Amino acid sequence: MTDLRYEAPSSLDDAVALLADAGDSAKILAGGTDVLVQMHLDLIEPDLIVDIKNIAELRSIKKVDGGYRFGAAVSGVELMDHADFCQTWPGVMDGVKLIGSLQVKGRASVGGNVCNASPAADSVPALIAAGATATIIGPKGMRDVAVEDIATGPGKTSLDKGEFVVSFFLPERAPNSGGAYQRFTPRSEMDIAVVGVGIDLTLDGDGVCTTARVSLGAVAEKALLVEEAAATLIGTKVDEAAIANLADAASAACRPIDDKRGTKEYRIKVAGVLAGRVAVVALERAQNGGN
Amino acid sequence: MKKTHITTTINNDEVDFLCEPGETLLDVLRDELQLTGTKEGCGTGDCGACSVTVDNVLVCSCLVLGVEVEGKKIETIEGMADGEELHPLQRKFVEHVALQCGICTPGLLMSARNFLEKNPDPTEEEVRFGLAGNLCRCTGYQNIIEAVMDAAAEMRGA
Amino acid sequence: MGMKPTPFGTQIPYEEKEFKVVGTNPEARPDAVDKVTGKARYAADINLPGQLIGKVLRSPHAHANIKSIDTSAAEALKGVKAVVTRDNFADLPVQHASAGEIMVNFRDVTRAMMAREKALFDGHPVAAVAATSESIAKAALKLIKVDYEVLPHVIEVADAMKPDAPLLNEEQFTKGVEPAPDKPSNIAAQMTSVLGDIEEGFGQAELIVEHEFNTKAAHQGYIEPHSSLANYTEGGNAEIWTSTQGHFLIRAQVAKVLAMEVSRVKVTPAELGGGFGGKNMIYLEPLAVQLSKKSGRPVKMTMTRDEVFRASGPTSGTNIIIKIGVTKKGRITAAKAILNYQSGCFPGSSLPLCTPTAFTRYDIPNVLVIGNDVVCNRPKVAAYRAPGAPMIAFGVETIMDEIAEELKIDPIEIRLLNAAKEGTQTHFGPKLGPIGYIETLEAAQAHDHMKTKLGPNQGRGIATGFWNTLGMETSATLNINQDGTASFIYGTVDVAGGMRAAYSQMVAEELGIPFENVKSIQSDTTSLGFNFTTAGSRGTAAGGMAAVKASRDAITRMCEVAARIWEVEPDEVVWEDGHARPAGSNVGDFDPLSLAEIAAKAGFFGGTIAGHAEINVTGGGPGFGTHLVDVEVDRDTGAVKVLRYTIIQDAGKAIFPDYVKAQFHGAAVQGIGLALNEEYIYDDKGVMINPGFLDYRIPVASDIPPIETQIVEVPNPLHPYGVRGVGEVPIIPPLGAIANAIYHATGVRMRSHPMSPPKVLAALEEAAPAVAAE
Repeated sequence: MTDLRYEAPSSLDDAVALLADAGDSAKILAGGTDVLVQMHLDLIEPDLIVDIKNIAELRSIKKVDGGYRFGAAVSGVELMDHADFCQTWPGVMDGVKLIGSLQVKGRASVGGNVCNASPAADSVPALIAAGATATIIGPKGMRDVAVEDIATGPGKTSLDKGEFVVSFFLPERAPNSGGAYQRFTPRSEMDIAVVGVGIDLTLDGDGVCTTARVSLGAVAEKALLVEEAAATLIGTKVDEAAIANLADAASAACRPIDDKRGTKEYRIKVAGVLAGRVAVVALERAQNGGN
Repeated sequence: MKKTHITTTINNDEVDFLCEPGETLLDVLRDELQLTGTKEGCGTGDCGACSVTVDNVLVCSCLVLGVEVEGKKIETIEGMADGEELHPLQRKFVEHVALQCGICTPGLLMSARNFLEKNPDPTEEEVRFGLAGNLCRCTGYQNIIEAVMDAAAEMRGA
Repeated sequence: MGMKPTPFGTQIPYEEKEFKVVGTNPEARPDAVDKVTGKARYAADINLPGQLIGKVLRSPHAHANIKSIDTSAAEALKGVKAVVTRDNFADLPVQHASAGEIMVNFRDVTRAMMAREKALFDGHPVAAVAATSESIAKAALKLIKVDYEVLPHVIEVADAMKPDAPLLNEEQFTKGVEPAPDKPSNIAAQMTSVLGDIEEGFGQAELIVEHEFNTKAAHQGYIEPHSSLANYTEGGNAEIWTSTQGHFLIRAQVAKVLAMEVSRVKVTPAELGGGFGGKNMIYLEPLAVQLSKKSGRPVKMTMTRDEVFRASGPTSGTNIIIKIGVTKKGRITAAKAILNYQSGCFPGSSLPLCTPTAFTRYDIPNVLVIGNDVVCNRPKVAAYRAPGAPMIAFGVETIMDEIAEELKIDPIEIRLLNAAKEGTQTHFGPKLGPIGYIETLEAAQAHDHMKTKLGPNQGRGIATGFWNTLGMETSATLNINQDGTASFIYGTVDVAGGMRAAYSQMVAEELGIPFENVKSIQSDTTSLGFNFTTAGSRGTAAGGMAAVKASRDAITRMCEVAARIWEVEPDEVVWEDGHARPAGSNVGDFDPLSLAEIAAKAGFFGGTIAGHAEINVTGGGPGFGTHLVDVEVDRDTGAVKVLRYTIIQDAGKAIFPDYVKAQFHGAAVQGIGLALNEEYIYDDKGVMINPGFLDYRIPVASDIPPIETQIVEVPNPLHPYGVRGVGEVPIIPPLGAIANAIYHATGVRMRSHPMSPPKVLAALEEAAPAVAAE
């Protein structure tokens, strides 16, 4: 910490340049709700902190091509205060609202939540279920990546040295779509997910599910996109039988660990239970025209 | 280590200070500025005892770097009362025995005030969830919830 | 200092009368405004010019020999002004003393404070530095080289008791066992409490239930980390500001470990941010003093939350076997408890204090309690609110529930049938005086809570608790001021903010002056005689006794002055309604003299007026409580939600009733936290892996339902206002009550804590075939 430098660039190019020159222990600072905790616990000792909150692209929330693009450093509270975004993507907001307390959400960003790459991150299964993509910038320019391809393991991402996430894109909503996210925690609040499930689905005019995406958090080394689970819903009316199959598929996809927050068996069981509960909410929202 | 010079507004006063890049806003408030009303309970954003507002957003000051607040508006517990006149929340906390040892109280008052600004007519359950980011070990939360509901009613003019 | 009641104790008998101030809720609570405005000064808020920041180097190993410590690189770092290790602290011989509700041995105290031969737990202090900034101090710690020889470790109490367990102390042989063992053991001592004939008692039983219970270590969870500021002056004196429940104990312990005279150590208790028994011991104070001595500057040290969890005094993890025998009609004939308690890295758990509580709610003719104090590689246990009692009640109250169900007797009825009352012989010696246990049970039966209808997967549990109230040394001075106000100087640390209001109320009541005219001021160790630490629910009880005695003493002085003014005999003057009056019309026709008038003239008529109390209080009144809880269990996840909670407790006399209820709330919620989610989790190297508020899960506001309370008052005859200590009883029932409620919701009995979702779900799944078969 004795050699720590703090920089707050105001443009993407400046940020990229700073990171290109920096050593391996440079850290991006958005909300700081992971980075500062890790510094306090002496888990990391960065020599450079690059604060990206002064860069316009990182902080905006805009409708683009019918979809939504929001900056990676937008805080949870800023998203919660955006009425239209909340109405369009309640499932994503289920996840964002659970990132932490009001104080934490006043700072925490989806970019940080995704790139910190905790397998239990609350915004991630919801984003994956919603089909979100991340726009990344680095020394070699910009590229888009599906959110499910960012984390590769606990604390590890597929980003190259000097890259960071600029913004997230959520595509235009099809009619009769709905999404939801729930997690299991021992306390009612202020906890890390023991299991998290995000589901997004679209119904046709007869109420039959035409597309679905199911994502599980905290049950593997990263959040999973589980196609077998989605397959149990597609072509059905998301009835009891489909949900039972969904629960089994969700449990089967888990490859969890035992840790201080939950055992393997517990996570496998609860993943199935939660998947069923989340599917019900996603279905209701789809039936109510997306709310 | 070289310190950075920061100018900011705290409780409506223009204030400047020097701090190391790794110092948190909490460190700055307590150690550089002797504003010790804001407390450290955990240093990792899990207890809320260090809650302040920065540009009207409620945050844990242990999760903000001192160097980040250049030009921003900060409010701490020291600014909550208006001279000798206590804020309704402060009065109601005293009336309802919503504090015992008092260490969590400044953070709770800052959170409660911010919560009521956004939700002036909450249900009891909404208050419980809204204040979940503030840990208290002495009171069991019962009287805190009552105090906040009562203050909310008074502030609504009900 | 010891825990035995002295034959020379002070008890002021209860007088039934109309109270004017006591029993009301004062509007202007003296500590509150400073706390809500952020002006109250806690230990970490206090600074001295030129102070250094101190930090502690802690063992990363649960058990290791310390072969060498090289501090040279740290000492050479620019900005480092002092470094201390075991070489800077004297080795102390065995010597026992009391520290709140736990006994300590100074040979062990000095080693817990700073490791000598061995590191005995993850977090054990090995060295400390003082530097000009926190970042330099932290960098200096990294430069200290310690050569550890890592040893096998043991943590769970059952593991530590095994004959082949790794030994913490090769020279420890179990005390209290006949014949004396020749093999060393982690079992430091065994203690026994006997009443009647246990074999005969079980012989008479027609139903016997016996179960084993296991609980984990848990932390008091105070939101304020330990913090101490020490200034050693060249004259050889140390002044210390610290977060503590007992500054006189801290003074004694510091003096002992630093070989200083008690008169050279001054300790000022800062406003306390929660203790619950965890702040009766030295942790940082002697380190800060020694660093200050070496550096010539004040040294401030504050624990991080991580250090608080790893290295302060969490409570015992336990292994408990309870066996109760009853007749078919539900009358208990015999009760036995085996209590295996972790004491931490050195002996001295709370067993001596909690074994008396094991069965004291019930009138049982044959009792046997055997306690084993077991060392293991975790920090030395400190007290935690009714230390050790919640775990025993977990066992006893769930077995009573099981017996009630088996015999088809209502759970409250079976307790009434066996209830302890005035005259009941306890199993730890005395007979009980007047108590309010039955009253709390009857109030529970009549309570609205019992009428709430329960839905599917919901269940109701009841449990009861008992705790005694300590008295001990209490010293206070009451100064009567010239302007008619009174200053009550007290040394029983106000741990939760309400005691000083209660003292002012009692003084105001005695003197007959308004509450607002009495200021209760917490002082340091120089201003008063010895005061025992605030523990054992003694704050309002013992401190209040001193307030009353000092008030009556002051009244005697004021009557003497009035007598001189009127030129009559002192026994011809009485005190009434805040005034001195002639005892009768035959004494003379004198206008009453107010306290203000007497105080203004007192200097001329004999001197300033003060009342004193320097007493050892022995009138502690036993407290009893009954709790009701409704829970809902999510059968698919094992999550337990508390729906409704009711606390009914005998307070003897509630001096400040709203405050008493607030204490009920706080203690019960700590009990709920214990029941549902709190536990110490260790990895296979004996390192605590959840030392933070994220993974050590204390309840948050949304976990708790509204809590109802009811105060029962059966006055304690040995206290002038009938006060019984209230702070500890309410933490005792929740574990048992919630376990019983879970049973009635699901048919599954939980016998280990915490009753967290994975464990409840596993228990439900294990029971599923049996339940399905019914």
